[in-house]
Amino acid sequence: MVQFSTARLDASFAALSDATRRGVLEQLGSADASITELAEKFHMTLTGMKKHIGVLEQAGLVTTEKVGRVRTCRLGSRGLEEEAAWIEARRQIWNARFDALDDVIEALKRKEKVDGGQSE
Amino acid sequence: MGDRASNGRTVVERRSELELVVTRTFNGPVRLVFDAWTKPELFKLWWAPKSMGVPILSCEMDVRTGGSYRITFGHDAADAMAFFGKYLDVSPPSRLVWSNDEGGEEGAVTTVTFEEEDGRTLLVLRELYPSKEALDQSFVGMEDALPEQFEQLDELLITLSASV
Repeated sequence: MVQFSTARLDASFAALSDATRRGVLEQLGSADASITELAEKFHMTLTGMKKHIGVLEQAGLVTTEKVGRVRTCRLGSRGLEEEAAWIEARRQIWNARFDALDDVIEALKRKEKVDGGQSE
Repeated sequence: MGDRASNGRTVVERRSELELVVTRTFNGPVRLVFDAWTKPELFKLWWAPKSMGVPILSCEMDVRTGGSYRITFGHDAADAMAFFGKYLDVSPPSRLVWSNDEGGEEGAVTTVTFEEEDGRTLLVLRELYPSKEALDQSFVGMEDALPEQFEQLDELLITLSASV
């Protein structure tokens, strides 16, 4: 099965354990914002907001990009990864089933040959 | 996972918010593939492969339109999980449709079509869910689906993105 990294899960849970950080994610869900804008919105010092963004960045929930003197924050690609993992978990299950079904079909074909069934 | 030559031939796509589609080609004629889906003694051999870690305990299938099925998984009767429903359409050897009633209102309808080409069978399985949430949280009913922790995180992220 898909192996999820416990360390990364822990980082995500830690990142999401704080109300301000959850608020920041919500905010970034509707529009990108600079650290300055976020600090103002959440009535925090720039340093405080930088720390929060750092935690979110570590967890892969936010990415930041510095353009000129402004650091813009946006939601990380985590959402896409979740989707890929979700699909892969299901693919693994169907693939395991269908590999076993392959074997059953091979056995049925052999049996038909032995029983003098229709030739292929 | 075993790296068999057939790996990668199983394609799973989320076609819409409500629908999951699984496709695979099998190296055998349609009548044999259809048999493997409709004869309990054959179905039991592959539906719960060893890698899933949960064996099939019982498998009752009355494969005809309007008929019922009931499959139980587990290591013994005490911890068995039951999956059951009705065959909504049985059209040998090209189509099978059944309901998944253990999910109650959130249960999916599964449609499997079989198409033969040069002695091989293209199989398409569609699971249609009544809601996006039902599909998001769908388990294939196996213990090795997403770990619980990951599910919680998923839900949290879904909640966050839904509030946007």
